[in-house]
Amino acid sequence: MRRITLVLLACLAAGPGTGLHGQSRPDRSRAPEPGPAPELRLPEVQTARLSNGLPVHVVEMHEVPVVEIALVLDAGAAQDPAGKFGLASLTAAMLDEGAAGRPALTIAEEVALLGATLRTGSSYDASFVRLGVPVARLDRALPIMADVVLRPDFPADELERVRKEWLTDMLQARDDPGWVASRAFARLLFGDAHRYGTDERGTPTSLTVLTDADVRDFHRTHYQPSRAALIVAGDIRRDAVVAQLEKAFGSWKPSANAPERRDVPMPEPPQARRIVLIDRPGSAQSQVRIGWVGVPRTTPDYFPLIVLNTVLGGSFTSRLNTNLREVHGYAYGAFSQFQMRRGAGPFVAAAGVQTDKTAEALREFFNELTAIRDPIPGDEFARAQRNIALGFGAGFETTGDMVDRLQHRIVYGLPEDVYSQYVPNVLAVRPSDAHRVAAERLDPARFLVVVVGDRASIEAPVRALGLGPVTVVEPGPLLE
Amino acid sequence: MTVQRSAVLLLAACLLLAGGAGAEEGPPRLSAPYTQFTLPNGLRVVLHEDHSVPIVTVNVWYRVGSGREQPGRTGFAHLFEHLMFEGSGHVKEGEFDLLLEGVGGENNGSTNPDRTNYYITVPSNALDLALFLESDRMGFLLDAVSRESLDVQRDVVKNERRQFVDNRPYGAASIVLDEMLFPDGHPYHWPTIGYMEDLSAATYEDVRAFFKQYYGPNNATLVVAGDIDPAVARERVEYWFGDVPRGPDVPPLSAPPVVHQKIERRTITDQVQLPRLYLAWVTPPVYTPGDAELDVVASVLAGGRSSRLYRRLVYELQIAQDVAAFQQSADLASSFVIVATARPGHALEELRRVIDEELEALRQAPPEPRELERAVNTIEASFYDRMERLGGFGGRADQMNAYATRTGNPDYFAEDLGRYQVLAPADIRAAVQTWLPADRRVELSVVPARQSGGGR
Repeated sequence: MRRITLVLLACLAAGPGTGLHGQSRPDRSRAPEPGPAPELRLPEVQTARLSNGLPVHVVEMHEVPVVEIALVLDAGAAQDPAGKFGLASLTAAMLDEGAAGRPALTIAEEVALLGATLRTGSSYDASFVRLGVPVARLDRALPIMADVVLRPDFPADELERVRKEWLTDMLQARDDPGWVASRAFARLLFGDAHRYGTDERGTPTSLTVLTDADVRDFHRTHYQPSRAALIVAGDIRRDAVVAQLEKAFGSWKPSANAPERRDVPMPEPPQARRIVLIDRPGSAQSQVRIGWVGVPRTTPDYFPLIVLNTVLGGSFTSRLNTNLREVHGYAYGAFSQFQMRRGAGPFVAAAGVQTDKTAEALREFFNELTAIRDPIPGDEFARAQRNIALGFGAGFETTGDMVDRLQHRIVYGLPEDVYSQYVPNVLAVRPSDAHRVAAERLDPARFLVVVVGDRASIEAPVRALGLGPVTVVEPGPLLE
Repeated sequence: MTVQRSAVLLLAACLLLAGGAGAEEGPPRLSAPYTQFTLPNGLRVVLHEDHSVPIVTVNVWYRVGSGREQPGRTGFAHLFEHLMFEGSGHVKEGEFDLLLEGVGGENNGSTNPDRTNYYITVPSNALDLALFLESDRMGFLLDAVSRESLDVQRDVVKNERRQFVDNRPYGAASIVLDEMLFPDGHPYHWPTIGYMEDLSAATYEDVRAFFKQYYGPNNATLVVAGDIDPAVARERVEYWFGDVPRGPDVPPLSAPPVVHQKIERRTITDQVQLPRLYLAWVTPPVYTPGDAELDVVASVLAGGRSSRLYRRLVYELQIAQDVAAFQQSADLASSFVIVATARPGHALEELRRVIDEELEALRQAPPEPRELERAVNTIEASFYDRMERLGGFGGRADQMNAYATRTGNPDYFAEDLGRYQVLAPADIRAAVQTWLPADRRVELSVVPARQSGGGR
């Protein structure tokens, strides 16, 4: 019955002028082949320098009347002095807590009145101040951004308030088992002296010792036009926006000799596999983190590694997600990632898995982490390459996307043609390259495993797996 | 409230300007030009052309959500959504994602009480593939869906619930809040993610019946947007969707109005360090009078650091760690929620008192014109944000489908924004007086359970 109805409807669908195809049933015998891929059209990046030498990168995007501006500073958390972890983040957070005599809430109110957003923050590799604003109000928003960057007041009472807020935040974060698992994993992998072993914002202990003098000093030494760049994307013209930026930032002068950049050391990777269990009684799931020390962003193996990781755990059809989610249903999702920074960040595979399948899930994780070291079948490899290469253009759609991409290029000192060469570089990776980097960069026999879950339910089955020595630890010391 | 199939998702969206970008006379009018037609099988189709990036997005809204579920089968609309990715009559299990990733595409789906939406975003050379996949599951899902894939996706969804409700701090609060706000039997009473026992109870026969009842083309709207030639796109849509059989008529969902006569209070415990207070009211449906006003009320009360509640609770008194307020707009009834978390050493009662003082202040006197201007400018900027991205949830195509489904006009951007631009301070006071009474509401407290475990 349905078939007859279908034919009738298909005929009805063929109105006048709808062409040949409307008159016949579609050919569903196989999936339609895509035509030639559209050309990747990357917009031109125009550059300029302000009179103080501050470089400006401009991309004109005229679809929507907005503009996004980032000031990127070589002042990330990796520059925190020993014993003062969290200083870069606290400095960035304090920028808009009072500037040029304007109190914190006045700044917030003026920004909101313009329909703008002004954010400040730090990663390990950079600090940033980012403004998004309807282009008609850029003139009124830029002076506020400049005040925040150049003339912060760092009021002592605001620092105390922010400190209390952060301490409470860190207390609350411990409610979240995923957060606890990620922090414990990083600490156990990198230790408490290495910067990557501690959250960008520091710990309750380190936060307590920071003073407003520390913040002022960090700002004076690290916030320098010679250590910064401006990135603009939006409905502006280069010459006009550079003139506006000159007015706002052109008078910014170096106030001290910029300190040498601190580079994080390469830590010793673990020698043998071990499993660390953190008890969270009654947990419905176990939060799992597996991995070890990965690579810096500037690794020559970047392209083989991203193709490799796309196969392993970097896409929906990746082996980890297919196994743990689509085949076994142990998890809502599973993934893996090389967290590439200026220094070698972690390689981590992760999932939240149901409590009563924790051991089974760990076994499947290790099955995949081991199998990825075998040669990858050609069709699977080629699909991963196409996934990255053909999807690449979509990452330049919005003003925010564009600023993100340029910021990434600048922070990691990547070549100017990194994006125009990206697709050819992905397609140039050979299966043998991926096979080589898998052998060199992934050694499951030495991976650290952190599990946060209901010890009473999971400890015995995890021990019975025989993956390696299991220790149960208190989370407290790993979070301080 | 919205539950989605996979955590890999894009947020944000995009906008076009009638008269061209950078128009110099007056504020630009938000607009997304479109053409539309309806297939004989009842599928409504909207085409939107934009060549700024060489991608196309195929976005479908089905007018069925968790509000249609039967008692004992909660969570089913969302579980069903998961099965839409597991293969169809001419697409083998697992191939849906393999084919799309092979062309650099991206896709997802989500369910809320009112609707279920799906999108596929691909480079524009793969439009045909996206239409093939979307039409095949609309027409021929039941030829492929198996008991085994139901069982696996049931486990996946249970893990989604464990991850985002049971194992997440304060995760159960929004579920309890809806149970308190909407009476037994109201379509918004139960959670979209469902109750565990109901997920266990769902059967293969339920899948077949649900698809036949709700997934007909006549209960859906399709938006094809991006780097397309509309004439070609129309021809391809007719080709791929023309043979999808019409389903039964689906009358609109309805529910009697919800009126609270008093304050209803409840306290639940969770594995958290700090207590949190939720105050909530049932408010007017999306796009009806009062809805836009309450968005502005939310902004005045708790939108950013210059808002009244942030200033008092978090900044001046420092008795709260955070505060938020939002009008959660929906088809049958909306809810307005104020949420605040107490600082260590402070009681929820202190927070409640300050919140009530600020609500009373808005009942007594309208907000300053500057506060209204700030709220409207912030809302206007959020429209630009949504227009910037074509695909994804909340992107331009998804928003056009929301407008088409709810108002009949896919290009409702300017009208939508206009709802806010016409408001006067007195309207905001009136909305608080009418919709946020002090003596008829729901109050939920989440308090720390016995201190235990990895939290310390």
